[in-house]
Amino acid sequence: MSIVALGRFQFAMTTIYHYFFVPFSIGTGLVVAIMETMYVVTKKDEYLKMTKFWGNIFLLSFAVGVVTGIIQEFQFGMNWSAYSRFVGDIFGAPLAVEALLAFFMESTFLGLWIFTWKMVSPKLHVTFMWIVTLASSLSALWILAANSFMQHPTGYTIKNGHAVMTSFSALLKNPQLWYEFGHVIAAAVVTGGIIITGLSAFQLLKKKVGNPDFYKKSMHIGLLVALFGSIAVLTAGDLQMKALVKEQPMKFAATEGLYKNSGDPAAWTLVAWANENGHKRVWGVEVPYVLSILAYDEPSGSVKGMNAINKQLVKEYGNRNYYPPVNVLFWSFRIMAGFGTLMLLISLLGLFFTRKKNQLLYRQKWMLWILGLCTFAPFLANTTGWLVTELGRYPWTVYGLFTIKQSISPNVSVASLLISNTVYFLLFTGIGITMISLVVRELKKGPDYEEKLDEEEKRAAKIDPFDKEAFE
Amino acid sequence: MSGLQLLWFILIAVLFSGFFFLEGFDFGVGMAVQSLTHNENEKDQIVATIGPVWDGNEVWLITAGGALFASYPFWYATLFSGYYLILFTILAGLIIRGVSFEFRKNVPAKRKQFWNWTLSIGSLIVPFFFGVMFISMIQGMPIDANGNMSATFGDYINLFSIVGGVAMVLLSYLHGLNYIALKTTGPIRDRAKNYAKFLYGILYIGLVAFAVLMYFETDFFRLHFATTLTLLVLMVVLTVIANVAVMKDAEITTFVASGSTFVALVALIFTGMFPRVMISSISSKYDLLITNSSSSPYTLKIMSYTAIMFLPLVLAYIAWTYYIFRRRVKHAPVLETK
Repeated sequence: MSIVALGRFQFAMTTIYHYFFVPFSIGTGLVVAIMETMYVVTKKDEYLKMTKFWGNIFLLSFAVGVVTGIIQEFQFGMNWSAYSRFVGDIFGAPLAVEALLAFFMESTFLGLWIFTWKMVSPKLHVTFMWIVTLASSLSALWILAANSFMQHPTGYTIKNGHAVMTSFSALLKNPQLWYEFGHVIAAAVVTGGIIITGLSAFQLLKKKVGNPDFYKKSMHIGLLVALFGSIAVLTAGDLQMKALVKEQPMKFAATEGLYKNSGDPAAWTLVAWANENGHKRVWGVEVPYVLSILAYDEPSGSVKGMNAINKQLVKEYGNRNYYPPVNVLFWSFRIMAGFGTLMLLISLLGLFFTRKKNQLLYRQKWMLWILGLCTFAPFLANTTGWLVTELGRYPWTVYGLFTIKQSISPNVSVASLLISNTVYFLLFTGIGITMISLVVRELKKGPDYEEKLDEEEKRAAKIDPFDKEAFE
Repeated sequence: MSGLQLLWFILIAVLFSGFFFLEGFDFGVGMAVQSLTHNENEKDQIVATIGPVWDGNEVWLITAGGALFASYPFWYATLFSGYYLILFTILAGLIIRGVSFEFRKNVPAKRKQFWNWTLSIGSLIVPFFFGVMFISMIQGMPIDANGNMSATFGDYINLFSIVGGVAMVLLSYLHGLNYIALKTTGPIRDRAKNYAKFLYGILYIGLVAFAVLMYFETDFFRLHFATTLTLLVLMVVLTVIANVAVMKDAEITTFVASGSTFVALVALIFTGMFPRVMISSISSKYDLLITNSSSSPYTLKIMSYTAIMFLPLVLAYIAWTYYIFRRRVKHAPVLETK
């Protein structure tokens, strides 16, 4: 096995795993902040219960997100040292700014949020959570600024074989950044809403559920958040795709499985399979007009196929293979977009069937099952979305400037990479299993657990009235 | 060498100092969870002292890494790829330690012990391998003309680097004990001090060994005699101060002194390296220098503006957090009924 293949595998494994927890935390964090705000406004205890119950699940995901996040910053230097030298002048800055502006804020205020329930006023306490949410979004902005440079380099010049920054504001004005940021944040919002909806549905399916109203209310908030997020995702995704046609035509053509130039108007392929070595489509089902509309917002205009784009790229950048893994991209895109649309529909229908007049949903087990199973949908959509973005940039790490093969650390051995890949895999598996079992445990404990714990604490405190240190 | 290059060389040192000063006691407390406590309540008690702050303290490392990447990409690339397995082990340590805070709180009682162990072992691994990394780095590593480092086992692990690793562990443990003494009440507070009193005796031996090995294994005394000697003496003085203070129950002084020892250590390493950032054992021609490893003046300028604007704000809310959590964590007696 080559170091490039092993390095790529590691990048895929660690980022995909990390990215299970990023939108999970940003999204559930937002919902928790909303719930706590409702508590502060209405002063109703049920919202406090919600905040604590879902807050615990948020914290579990946050913990795993934090520890897997450090790997990301380190692995550029460890596995991709040539890349780091090439692009460090530009790429390092947003990472450093992210740590300084976002990570400090996020971790400090999260620490405050967890440990000051009984120390500060509810208003200040909910402010901490909003600051955490803001900081996580800020961190997304900076890391996406770095990624956007890889997708669409701006504000640079090449000097002595290295990319050198000429304009920091160009990095932030990169249109790619704002498409990505909108898409990622909206997707995180959906993820948060759907997770809370889905887990609530699972709870309602249980024969003996202690507090059904608690989960119904949680679900309602989750659905509203998911609906809002879904609309934003679709809008951002649509804009991003239209930019893609111009900026990275190869990626776009691959997600559509288009080898030959399309006709005018362009038909959209619903499902297909490609023979990647032969550069042609084996079979496919097409819908007329739709691709033109998706690409240009009008029922006319043709889309270039990969064969033509490949020729063009060879002319521009030299002779190498520019075909990305077509089937993976084609299907990833459909899974992402399919589940994205599904979540929009589910949140709409969910809200419709839980309206005050007719709460059909709570009586229909199969509906609850669908909602429950939807818990997994955002993870699939988030992962496949990034597969499209990152694999679709093939063969580049920085589009048009630096290739994957050039990027690898030349001094890292196959053995080192095998060891790290194996241990990461084992660690991730162990942590993943623990994480899931703890979420299940939290669900079993239910929302009234915290209250009982508080009472027990009070009782315990009464046992020891002579504790001198209490007066210190 | 430009002023900005020098500034960022110093800032990288400041960030690592901040990391060791703050996360140093987190590591110490983590190790103490399985070595200092007598029961589960005491474990919870000392974990509670770092609960609100450990994550923020770890951000100093992430910021140091990010700043290194941004201001010295060639240093970052050589160091991180060259120390692949060492850094990987550090990451693994940080991972098993980082999740254990949340996991030990939530798992069933019988599994809690497992996550206490991951917390302690992770907290031991990380400072040890940071010590190994920095101390082997200052001895010079096989770095070629392209800045690629291909080292063998003996380059990483040798007598001096092991002494360095053990010293980091000991310093972190002592710093953690001092923090526990400062932040708790009850039997654990006295026990932490007793442990510290004993361990300071060992630290003196370690410091002497460290200084002697530094004389023979590095060029620090030859190139920077005055600063090297001064900073080594400063480390000893700080240790004496901490030792005397712990005898006199001056908890704040002890803690500040043990934390400052890390700062002196980082300063020692960075001044000794100056004006190099990585030393090549193949040829001094291949040394990575401040002048040839940094980012462009423009990037350094942007980074400097950002740091000047936001660092004070960050320091302010971090200080405020410590103020909020200034109270000691009370000792909870074990209940007979449990």
